[in-house]
Amino acid sequence: MPRLTATQRHSVRFRLNGHPVEGSAEPRMQLADFLRHELGATGTHVGCEHGVCGACTVLVDGMLTRSCLTLAVQVDGCDVRTVEGLAPERGRLSVLQAAFRRHHGLQCGFCTPGVLMSLDRYLSTNPNPTEDQLRELLSGHLCRCTGYTPIIRAAMEAAATLASSTRQEDSTHV
Amino acid sequence: MGHPAATPSSATAQDSAWIGRSMERVEDAALLSGNGRFIDDLGVRPGTLYAAILRSPHAHADILSIDTMAAKAAPGVAAVLVGADVKALTASLVVGVKAPVECWPIAMDRVRYVGEPVAVVVASDRYKAEDALDLIDVRYAPRPSVIDPLAAITPGAPLVHDGFPNNVASDRHFSYGDPEGAFASAAHRIAIDINYPRNSCTPIETYGVIAEYNVNDGAYDILANFQGPFSIHAVISRALKLPGNRVRLRTPPDSGGSFGVKQGVFPYIVLIAAAARVAGRPVKWIEDRLEHLCASNSATNRATTLSAAVDATGKILALDWDQVEDCGAHLRAPEPATLYRMHGNLTGAYDIRHMRVRNRVIVTNKTPTGLNRGFGGPQVYFALERLMQCIAVELDFDPLDVIQRNVVPSGAFPYRTAPGALLDSGDYVKALELGASSGGLEELKARRAAARAEGRIYGIGYAAIVEPSVSNMGYLSTVLTLAERRKAGPKNGAQATATVSIDPVGAVSVHISSVPQGQGHRTVVAQVIADIFGVVPQDVRVNTEVDTAKDAWSIASGNYSSRFAAAVAGTVKIAADRIAARLKRIAASHLNVEADDVTFSNGKVHSQSNPDNAMPFARVAALSHWSPGSLPDDVGHTIRETVFWTPPELAAPDDADRINSSLCYGFIFDYCGVEIDRVTGEVRIDRYVTTHDCGTILHPGMVDGQIRGGFGQGFGAALLEEFAYAPDGSFLAGTFADYLVPTATEIPNPVIVHMQTPSPFTPLGAKGVGEGNCMSTPVCIANAVADALGEKNITLPLVPARVRALIAGDEPPAPAGVTTQPRSRKPGDRGLQGEGSAEVGASPQAVWDMLLDPNTLQAVIPGCHSVEKVSDTHFRAEVTLGIGPVKGKYRAEVKLSDLDPPHAVTLSGSADGALGHGAGEGRITLVPREGGGTTLTYKYDAEIGGKVASIGGRLLDGATRVIIGQFFSALAHRAGGGGAADGAASGLRAWLRALFGGAR
Repeated sequence: MPRLTATQRHSVRFRLNGHPVEGSAEPRMQLADFLRHELGATGTHVGCEHGVCGACTVLVDGMLTRSCLTLAVQVDGCDVRTVEGLAPERGRLSVLQAAFRRHHGLQCGFCTPGVLMSLDRYLSTNPNPTEDQLRELLSGHLCRCTGYTPIIRAAMEAAATLASSTRQEDSTHV
Repeated sequence: MGHPAATPSSATAQDSAWIGRSMERVEDAALLSGNGRFIDDLGVRPGTLYAAILRSPHAHADILSIDTMAAKAAPGVAAVLVGADVKALTASLVVGVKAPVECWPIAMDRVRYVGEPVAVVVASDRYKAEDALDLIDVRYAPRPSVIDPLAAITPGAPLVHDGFPNNVASDRHFSYGDPEGAFASAAHRIAIDINYPRNSCTPIETYGVIAEYNVNDGAYDILANFQGPFSIHAVISRALKLPGNRVRLRTPPDSGGSFGVKQGVFPYIVLIAAAARVAGRPVKWIEDRLEHLCASNSATNRATTLSAAVDATGKILALDWDQVEDCGAHLRAPEPATLYRMHGNLTGAYDIRHMRVRNRVIVTNKTPTGLNRGFGGPQVYFALERLMQCIAVELDFDPLDVIQRNVVPSGAFPYRTAPGALLDSGDYVKALELGASSGGLEELKARRAAARAEGRIYGIGYAAIVEPSVSNMGYLSTVLTLAERRKAGPKNGAQATATVSIDPVGAVSVHISSVPQGQGHRTVVAQVIADIFGVVPQDVRVNTEVDTAKDAWSIASGNYSSRFAAAVAGTVKIAADRIAARLKRIAASHLNVEADDVTFSNGKVHSQSNPDNAMPFARVAALSHWSPGSLPDDVGHTIRETVFWTPPELAAPDDADRINSSLCYGFIFDYCGVEIDRVTGEVRIDRYVTTHDCGTILHPGMVDGQIRGGFGQGFGAALLEEFAYAPDGSFLAGTFADYLVPTATEIPNPVIVHMQTPSPFTPLGAKGVGEGNCMSTPVCIANAVADALGEKNITLPLVPARVRALIAGDEPPAPAGVTTQPRSRKPGDRGLQGEGSAEVGASPQAVWDMLLDPNTLQAVIPGCHSVEKVSDTHFRAEVTLGIGPVKGKYRAEVKLSDLDPPHAVTLSGSADGALGHGAGEGRITLVPREGGGTTLTYKYDAEIGGKVASIGGRLLDGATRVIIGQFFSALAHRAGGGGAADGAASGLRAWLRALFGGAR
């Protein structure tokens, strides 16, 4: 990693939800601040700035990452995914997002982007989760509105829907 | 990424009503897609500056001096404000009681709680503003502080405000019926003492304010994620010394939770507005989490003694309340409302005709209190429902029998309580039966019996409460005496507001001043409108932002006291009904039918008797714009209708201090079974059943959402959450690793049972449902733990350590022959103690000389920048230390005493910095080693407070040991050879140093 000067802004380039983005940041700037205030990707929220609440969770090169504990300059050259990239196209919702809406898996929606990122990532590699597994995963997120049950229900339903659509795809390819 | 898309849901008009259906929320697509518009997501004007706030590390201290020179000269800094600068532009915030006391949003010459603002830096970005905070030099002279409410009212306690004698801001006595007679004649007097702790619902989005002052208009324009009540607008404009029409207060489209808490942003509105005026530019401030936990707002903690006069059958004849309400360091508006919000329903769900009340409002050196979900309910019901359980235990009844014997009887509604509440509707007896049968109470009892038979610790708890909603804006005047009330003038009512508009193409818009923070108001209002106009909810646009310069609003506007469903949604109905009545008359003239025959459905206005005789809704609705001349003469128009609605039941307190403090009273019956781990003390909920009668349910999914959310917060209050303070007033819960809120792994899914008894006093029959479980759940769980352990004295939160102590009793003495280190610590004392030794390759005299030499000290003190020798035995040093996540500069004073050269010396010192303060004492002894060199041993005792205690408390002991170890290690190194053997394994020390970023 190149040596950076504390008082200077440095160019930061990465792919955000598949598209190249560029901006400049002092070495100390948090990734969350960079996403929100330099790039205008305000869907990622900051709830605690010490890595507990999980609202700022994004994917960096496939890894779930607290963007409040990551420096913007650290993701130079990386692939970053945020809540803005979850929908299959603008104006539509993914299976997981739609399940959240159906089950009232959100109220104020502030913690939701981080919750969605963790669940989306988890379900992509764990298609048949148990409720206990999902509760364990969600223990890295604080939600003060829902009591979590509707989130679990939404995730379970989304998992089932995704699994059945995968099975259908598999069977059509056989 | 990129899962296949769900089928988009298409709404179609249906004949059945929209109200009562769990339709998908219109709010959600944007929130799920990252397109929410929270305050920090909105753009600001070019040139906007950013504020950061320097806060007090002391619970109570005089400010001797504040030097802002260096901060003002720092890069990017536009302005630095201290108390005097704010005082020059503002007036004190209104204090809730009559007393010679002021309340400022920033400390003037004295700080009264940890976290109180001391200075504000305004700079070109937040990072630079925070840099400049470090450059502000504040000198404090600490005063004794008082934290415990009962200690605060003990004679001789330190005074928080000179204008509140004995720290008492208000002391009122009330009597209803003949409590003395009832107590004299009762068979039993049963009492309980309660200390209800401090906690908060901690929304995940923190406070935010963007303020600007237009010098030409002499007016402020302020955007804040404030939640109401807008009575506070009057407090803000008074503090800003302007008429309300020059203080434009707006709210953003989305707000990330509030639960009452964001009412407490208002002092910061005043503070940031003043900063914007000084800076001459717009100023934005977003609170961080430490600020929020430490200093935003808190529910009150309360010490209560509650006694009941009980007859032989378990019937309660009278209650005697003695409540000591701790509002923290300032009595901020609307306090002492937490204490009086429940006044009319202090008899709970019970038919109790005699009551005596003593209410004391007191101040302590803690964060000022304010709105928090449940608002007074958790404190009251914890005492009342714990007492019900104690009555059952003492008189050997089943707890549910005692509840059933005392609830307001069926058929008695509306029921006027002794202190004046008018319980609007309900059937409590039936709800108890329904809850018990639907939730499986008998099965739970069998599970308890089975568990106990196996030697496990299992208990069942109950709580039966009324949940008040739609606060009477006059209830707070109950704190005033009759004479004071007469002088102040009457206060009562609760104006709810709705505006329904129809545009030139017949599209319907609604504005309500309800300021939701995730409660789905826009969806429910769309449902109400859809039913009235026969359109689909998706066609209705609802705006819930408030702009006091343009919108219809009143003091009761905002989102609190669960007033939306009962009051605001009902007001929407009234406004829409008025337009609908006019539309019917217009349509009647076009359809050639009587207005009574006109109805709305499927996007059409049509004759009921002949549905084919119809016009599109949009065409009829738009006529007022395009052809007002063709409307029937006295119809007026249908363009816009604004309704203010206040229920007549909300009268001012009467001369006997009776007050109907709320409009609606829902009923909740909770019970739960808990099992306690005998080894760890962990409380596990086996089953939790919550039965609600909240009147007519407008949206079942949202009602269950409110119940689950409130249950989650009640669960947290019962088992995890506490704003803990050290005896010196240091705040100990400054992170979400210290203030534990429940996660998905802890909160069980409660069984929810519904019953619907419509309110006769609200337009839609609905009552509030947002706060009930915050009131019922903490005490229900506590009652279960009391039942499990057979213990009367239950204090929240029931963390494993506390429960384990209840199971195990006092710690047994150590076995003979085992000596334990004597520890004189008091509970909660964060004193740090340690000892160690180092081998130094120099003679005691050489080491002695080094210890007294500033140059050596500068080289060996971890993170030391400079050492100044004030006298032979007095040194002053500047050091940078990192403890946990907190790295900062400290000024240290070190004095040497008990000098015994070259054998021993006592070092006593203090350190003070932006991140905290500490004081300590250590004794160093130097013993010559055989064959040269010195064995240096040390022992220290230190106390640390301030920010570092708030967020690094768990790390302090280890970090202190590391830093002191580093000192002696470096000393040994400089003296030539040897090494430290300071008690901690060196590998562990290296690891800790790497973790903490130790020194340099």
